[in-house]
Amino acid sequence: MSTTLSKPPTDEVILSARGVRKRFGELEVLCGIDLEVRAGEVLCVIGPSGSGKSTLLRCFNHLEKIDAGRIEVNGELVGYEPYGSAGRLRERRPRDIRHQRERIGMVFQRFHLFPHRTALQNVMEGPTVVKRRPRGEVESRARELLDRVGLADRADHYPAQLSGGQQQRVAIARALAMDPTLMLFDEPTSALDPELVGEVLGVMRDLARSGMTMVVVTHEMGFAREVADRVVFMDRGAVVEAGSPADVFTAPRHDRTRAFLSTVL
Amino acid sequence: MRHPAPPAATGAYEDDLALLVTGRPRPGRWIAVLAAAFAAVWLAWTVIVNPNLHWDIVAKYQFDGVILEGLWVTVQLTLISQVVGIVIGVVVAVMQLSDSPVLRTTAGAYTWFFRGTPLLVQLIFWFNLALLFPEISIGIPFDGPKLVSWQSNTLITGFVAALLGLSINEGAYMSEIVRAGIQSVDPGQREAGASLGMSNLRILTRVVLPQAMRVIIPPFGNQFISMLKTTSLVSVIAGADLMTVSQHLYLANFEVIALLIVASIWYLVLTTIASIAQHAVERRFNPAAAPPPLYRRVLGNLRPGRGPKKPAAAKQAARQPEKSVEKSTKSAKSAKGETR
Ligand SMILES: Nc1ncnc2c1ncn2[C@@H]1O[C@H](COP(=O)(O)OP(=O)(O)OP(=O)(O)O)[C@@H](O)[C@H]1O
Ligand SMILES: [Mg+2]
Repeated sequence: MSTTLSKPPTDEVILSARGVRKRFGELEVLCGIDLEVRAGEVLCVIGPSGSGKSTLLRCFNHLEKIDAGRIEVNGELVGYEPYGSAGRLRERRPRDIRHQRERIGMVFQRFHLFPHRTALQNVMEGPTVVKRRPRGEVESRARELLDRVGLADRADHYPAQLSGGQQQRVAIARALAMDPTLMLFDEPTSALDPELVGEVLGVMRDLARSGMTMVVVTHEMGFAREVADRVVFMDRGAVVEAGSPADVFTAPRHDRTRAFLSTVL
Repeated sequence: MRHPAPPAATGAYEDDLALLVTGRPRPGRWIAVLAAAFAAVWLAWTVIVNPNLHWDIVAKYQFDGVILEGLWVTVQLTLISQVVGIVIGVVVAVMQLSDSPVLRTTAGAYTWFFRGTPLLVQLIFWFNLALLFPEISIGIPFDGPKLVSWQSNTLITGFVAALLGLSINEGAYMSEIVRAGIQSVDPGQREAGASLGMSNLRILTRVVLPQAMRVIIPPFGNQFISMLKTTSLVSVIAGADLMTVSQHLYLANFEVIALLIVASIWYLVLTTIASIAQHAVERRFNPAAAPPPLYRRVLGNLRPGRGPKKPAAAKQAARQPEKSVEKSTKSAKSAKGETR
């Protein structure tokens, strides 16, 4: 358990969001979000249902368009490029957006494994189809990743033959296979039976320890407290409070944070 | 609701239970079977011994060269227009589901028009295209210079008009089938593909369509079988298919019924082959849902107390996505999934 693989000491900013706004029709879901995540950092996002956590995460890899603000990953504007004068932006070419997504792994609440492919094929899909890497090389790496998430013996199982926890671990391996510089997790354990939550969190903990930069939307306060470097509390589309887990969990400064924590802790 | 198959020993276990549980006798079924059998035999008998029905003529023409050529044309027409119909169907379905209002409207208009007018009219229209456009050419539009041009009458033969009519019409129906199939796939699947950096085309071909197949295949089988027989409409434009040649023959020798029987036998042979193939394909794409073959169902219903046995393959249904993964733990919040 000790620290052979500790985080590389660096202040390189991997993800930055400035003034991100997003509305669905009348409803303003994100009202000016500012965030920064540095290399190797784990940021946990907590907040009540409907506060815009998933939407924010989906903006980070441009699954959702934004109405205002800037999102940069690895120093590159995600989904948009400067256009004309006065800081105007326009959407990038689809191909460029795809290249940006290759470097941002995403893990969904309901796994979304490809049901018609085995665990191994799921993990190999990205590198072979998108990156067009040679199969042999991809396969041995995919087996390595499955081993890393503890599923080496399930390589040839179809998702429906796997438990929820196993499926989610395959999904994590699938995202890792693209060698992302940033991993996004949207409530990765919320669809799991309680006894399966631990195995997924365990994999994520190992991943954090290996230095992966992660943004994790979660309701697992224990995990956030233990693994997060910083915790952000969101409510009604805004960041209400941000800080170290100790600060946010033990000495919350805002009433809304206190109220929320009292319901979940 | 399907239960997760219990491990291995199922087969033996089931058989043991079957020995213990015997159904009540069902005399009603036997009476119905006897009645139906009697009716069938009587009907067949009246037809077979009917002196106006020239079985010798049927036998003579069943494998006649002209008939076989017509049969071959029917097979070609069916296969080609079905394949082209699928291609059109996929393209139009994707257009219909696209963000672009222009594409959506175009696709909608296409389906509206070609499903809304009789195929017979469409076939005659294509055959008579020359009346509208005497010349077909490739080049600059609006009277610009032409690169190549053909006389419509030489280009649009009966066969070509038949293909145009059948495949464009089929495309309209297939597009609706494919659209339903695509819409049956969880939108989260596209997002998963997109998050790996896959292009829309890749997502469609590698993620969405393979999963849509389960929904597409059964109605597609119907379309195909229906197409086998619909090709007979092209007899009105001298399509040279099985029906056309049969007609030509009976117009010459007046053996109308005999030649219709010859044609019908061939249509039955084709549709039977197609049904068997349909079954095999359905089973492959969704082993659990495909009904067992007819003879198994009949036998199964007659044996007291035993429904038709589930095909062994059903246990392999595992390939299908399970809904059961959506177990909610966190009371309210996980009830609302993260896809919208
Ligand atoms: N595609 C959409 N169209 C319209 N409204 C949407 C859409 N997606 C999200 N919303 C709304 O935006 C708000 C924020 O949703 P979001 O899913 O980001 O919340 P969340 O914080 O992730 O909540 P949860 O904890 O329940 O997952 C909600 O009120 C939701 O109804
Ligand atoms: Mg959410």
